[in-house]
Amino acid sequence: MVGIIKYGSGNIFSVISAVKYIGKKTILIDKPETIDKVNFIILPGVGNFGAGIEFLRKMELYEAIIDKVNNGIPFLGICLGFQFLFEWSEEGNRKGFAIFKGEVLRFKNKKLKVPHMGWNRVEFIKESNLFNDIMNNSYFYFAHSYYAKTPQRDIIFGETNYGINFPSIIINKNIVGVQFHPEKSGKDGLVFIKNFLEGKWLQ
Amino acid sequence: MVTIRIIPCLDVKEGKVVKGVHFENLKIAGDPVENASFYCKEGADELVFLDISATVEGRKTMVEVVKKVAEVVFIPFTVGGGISSINDIETLLSNGADKISINTSAVKTPQLIKEGAKKFGSQCIVVAIDAKRIGDKKWEVYIESGKKKTGLDVIEWAKRVEELGAGEILLTSIDKDGTQDGYDIELTREVSENVKIPVIASGGAGKLEHLYEAVVYGKASAVLLASLLHFRILTIPQIKKYLFEKGLDVRL
Repeated sequence: MVGIIKYGSGNIFSVISAVKYIGKKTILIDKPETIDKVNFIILPGVGNFGAGIEFLRKMELYEAIIDKVNNGIPFLGICLGFQFLFEWSEEGNRKGFAIFKGEVLRFKNKKLKVPHMGWNRVEFIKESNLFNDIMNNSYFYFAHSYYAKTPQRDIIFGETNYGINFPSIIINKNIVGVQFHPEKSGKDGLVFIKNFLEGKWLQ
Repeated sequence: MVTIRIIPCLDVKEGKVVKGVHFENLKIAGDPVENASFYCKEGADELVFLDISATVEGRKTMVEVVKKVAEVVFIPFTVGGGISSINDIETLLSNGADKISINTSAVKTPQLIKEGAKKFGSQCIVVAIDAKRIGDKKWEVYIESGKKKTGLDVIEWAKRVEELGAGEILLTSIDKDGTQDGYDIELTREVSENVKIPVIASGGAGKLEHLYEAVVYGKASAVLLASLLHFRILTIPQIKKYLFEKGLDVRL
């Protein structure tokens, strides 16, 4: 069973649709009790960092998620759900889960449009079974104004360039984080989610 | 680097696509899912659905359309037309729309932009601006499908919507719309250079060169196309091949 965290409001329907399309069953997690029923957790990205963290705290999911993740459940954080993994964000000046070192900063290049909106390449800089059947440097869909900066080079598996190189895929043990939206990235995005749910990357 | 986006726009009336893809292989001409899947397969980078329903019933049907599309089409899509409250926005987003586009209601209630951006994130709030030229480098904002003037200056309004939290501007030239003699490049460039958020150019495309001009001279991040694609005058693969050969970044 794939648990999809429902917090705040916005489009999590597409994540649910993508998982169902792949043929897996989903359940919405909007309270801590439900989290024990699932074998995979997906934390979608909707809204902004400050409001998102507050929602998760209010719903008592903040601790529950961190606890589960630390106990080894396969976890996929998408966009904002990926940014939460770091220590701090400039958006709303809030602390994140601090599972990884690093911070989330706003794009500041004067010449480039913000949000970084649209299809951009992801370069796989390390190998993983998560990338099975996806060509290196394929395009994925991005929609964000903030990017993660981490001193933990070892967890960065994919990078994208938008004025600067930023981590677009991180993998560490049972944790996957992606800055792009795999549920909106056409066929390659669906293959990515399928690979995640097949779990070969865990070994 | 992020690619130029090619965005087909489909008009939806009472749940059916009107003036959709004219293609004999398309099984059900007015079916939104068929139209969306068709463009998705052709390589569209995003889609826009514009609800032109005249009735409350029609609006309700739009939510069903959104849901059906989001179940099988895995590229981003925007829904516009008749959205006037936070509640409307929430209904569409929670049923699978990635972005919503507001025009008349943004002018009437600018606070809607601010609240929407705060609640759902800037990335899903698109403000559509219909612009009519009134002088040298001067354009006025029109609302209610281009029927009503507002007295607002387009450049000032564009800056304002950015400040309020819009994540993108969908800019249509009323003068050029339907002419097929090219985008209002000056308008597109003026707006794009005065805001940090991406600008989608719309209105006036008639041939491949026009798209190139909108991007290179107009500084547009994306181009919106309707009849040119629906009537198969141009196809998405053809457009992308052309732009690629001219040295632009496209998703092939």
